[in-house]
Amino acid sequence: MTIGLDHYLAVAAILFTIGVFGIFVNRRNVIVILMSIELILLAVNINLVAFSTFLHDVVGQIFALFVLTVAAAEAAVGLAILVTFFRWRGDIAVDDASMMKG
Amino acid sequence: MPLQAIAFYVLAAVTVFAAVAVVFARNPVHSVLFLITTFFSAAGLFVLMGAEFLAMMLVVVYVGAVAVLFLFVVMMLDVDFASLRQGFARYLPLGALVAAVLTVEMVIVAADVAHLGAAASSTGPATPSAVMTNVEAIGAVLYTDYVYVFQAAGLVLLVAMIGAIVLTLKHRPGVKRQSVAAQMARTPKAGVRMVTINSGEGVDA
Repeated sequence: MTIGLDHYLAVAAILFTIGVFGIFVNRRNVIVILMSIELILLAVNINLVAFSTFLHDVVGQIFALFVLTVAAAEAAVGLAILVTFFRWRGDIAVDDASMMKG
Repeated sequence: MPLQAIAFYVLAAVTVFAAVAVVFARNPVHSVLFLITTFFSAAGLFVLMGAEFLAMMLVVVYVGAVAVLFLFVVMMLDVDFASLRQGFARYLPLGALVAAVLTVEMVIVAADVAHLGAAASSTGPATPSAVMTNVEAIGAVLYTDYVYVFQAAGLVLLVAMIGAIVLTLKHRPGVKRQSVAAQMARTPKAGVRMVTINSGEGVDA
């Protein structure tokens, strides 16, 4: 009953698909879409760390750190765009957001 | 080591259930709180894998910064979240189908990779070494081989910060502001007017 690499990869796969599923079903709510993206990036991080620790190579954790950085930046900019969008439109329903269509 | 297995299964179950709750929660504040739970138990998984530094980073960066940012935005925006759930039931069957197929495929690939790939000969997760802790090992690589990428990550954060400020900064018209430059540039000649007042007359403005 030892916990191997495949266990961690399975958890990451399930988290990833939950994230994709969240984007599918919450197509109007940007906040939940952003949280789903965070879930997907967390799944990627679990994969990186799992391979890093099972291959005894610390570089995977370095890359997980950079993924973490980019995820934080993405959340900040995404939420800033969301706040601007809300001020402009008065709601955050994105399925009919086509202001930039020209 | 059954204790480790128990810890893994508990943490993995909490992670997955909290992630499902993020997607399904009716109230977005609950979504954010479940997101915090997900990240917290994922940090536990990281500790189990021997990546203590990243586990602490996950707690500090995600629970401390990103989740609080989400909470602020959810509470600041006065949105009717119930209306945003329209179409949820409509996309549910298709989404569930796609998710199920994707999960099965990825788990099959994961099992193959773990048993046939480069990691098949692995002797298990890295054990704590007496020579170097996890933090030391990361630091030894991050500040030498990846120092330029590290700087680039800092640049990404700087650009994101400036971008977020520029996007949300609002100049309201009609608000009086102090202009230090204009104050400093004012000379006695511009600020003071000397008048000679004749007796019996006033000063016209």
